[in-house]
Amino acid sequence: MARVVFTSNIQRHVICPDADAPGQTVRQVLENVFAKNSQARSYVLDDQSALRKHMTIFVDGQMVRDRKRLEDSVSETSIIHVLQALSGG
Amino acid sequence: MMSDRLLVSTRKGLFTVSRQARRWEITAVDFLGDNVSMTLADGRDGRLYAALDHGHFGVKLHRSTKTGWEEIAAPAYPPKPEGYEENDMWGRPLNWSTARIWALEAGGINEPGVIWCGTLPGGLFRSADHGQSWEMVRALWDHPKRKQWSGGGADLPGLHSICIDPRNSQRVWVAVSTGGIWFTEDGGASWTQRGEGMRAEYAPPEQINDPIVQDVHRLVQCPAAPKRMWVQHHNGIFVSSDEGRTFTEITGVEPSTFGFAVAVHPRDPDTAWFIPEIKDERRIPREGKLVVTRTRDRGKSFDVLTKGLPQSHAYDVVYRHALTLDTDGIRLAFGSTTGGLWISEDQGETWVGVTHTLPPVYAVQFA
Repeated sequence: MARVVFTSNIQRHVICPDADAPGQTVRQVLENVFAKNSQARSYVLDDQSALRKHMTIFVDGQMVRDRKRLEDSVSETSIIHVLQALSGG
Repeated sequence: MMSDRLLVSTRKGLFTVSRQARRWEITAVDFLGDNVSMTLADGRDGRLYAALDHGHFGVKLHRSTKTGWEEIAAPAYPPKPEGYEENDMWGRPLNWSTARIWALEAGGINEPGVIWCGTLPGGLFRSADHGQSWEMVRALWDHPKRKQWSGGGADLPGLHSICIDPRNSQRVWVAVSTGGIWFTEDGGASWTQRGEGMRAEYAPPEQINDPIVQDVHRLVQCPAAPKRMWVQHHNGIFVSSDEGRTFTEITGVEPSTFGFAVAVHPRDPDTAWFIPEIKDERRIPREGKLVVTRTRDRGKSFDVLTKGLPQSHAYDVVYRHALTLDTDGIRLAFGSTTGGLWISEDQGETWVGVTHTLPPVYAVQFA
């Protein structure tokens, strides 16, 4: 299972511990995490389920490019970092 | 009744200001460090609602409990239909996602639990369960003319004013910057444009009088005389005596008719307050003098109220939700972009500065 690590800054607003979840894409892994932590979902994804404008995700050190569908591939051993993007100032 | 408590929504938290024996003081701070765009004190049941904009993490909504606050659902836009394309005024794809909560109003007294919410990029939402869940008012969002709305106070269209008819809760007016005034008499199932008579001098000549291009900064309605509505418009001050069907422009008001905020007396429809600025390009008080203007005769004449307000090098701007009065129409309060907060206990004749060091103030409301 992939491991999802959330930015520490999100913890001030919503409990969001690191989580292990199955999936072959970023979308699948995240949705599996949010299935157990629904409140965290809207902190990362917008109303259309796309990655929020000033958030970013790295998979094994590579920034994802598909911010809308989140279909970047994930392996069993991937580490997914959910972070604030510097674009937010 | 006269209120002893004021909620002040700011860029860095929600401040509660209370009337003590000798003065008003900050007595509580919630959400310190967070951007509080709007607060609602629901007079029907005492609940408070606070809208937060966490930037990176999006817009959230919190509701008061007996012991503090709880996060509840924030209004969320419905899924954009597959293949549907819509651009904003800048040519960028319009994201159907709540970008800011810009209006929160309690429904009528006969519909406990109903809350209305206005947002950027223009969606209107209604909750029937104290904000636990929200439903977008699709008839307004899907109205073909909605796509003509554009940015005014922000890059995106914003629905900032909601007036519920105290005689009939199914009748609701909303105002959009920019998109003019819209009215429903069936609880939101259908909408028509209102606001003939308003004027946008900055628009192309053929559009100057078009109700949909009007940049209404704030719309308020007199509770005791709901036919009377006041508008602080980008272009000046307008007044209506027929429920917003037609408006008359009020001109010749010193020091200016430009501003963002307006408050109307709860029982006297002819009495209203404004906070003037140099218009448009500069947006600061004229000559650095912070004043409040007040009419008591439906705009025929205005008092310029200065007692207790800074009269030199004051550069306070008062946003559209940052002027309010209590339900008695006696106490007023306003907060500024430079962190000033003033309260009057005599309809604006005299003002007391509570503090000058708050974060930028977005909204004030007596609770």
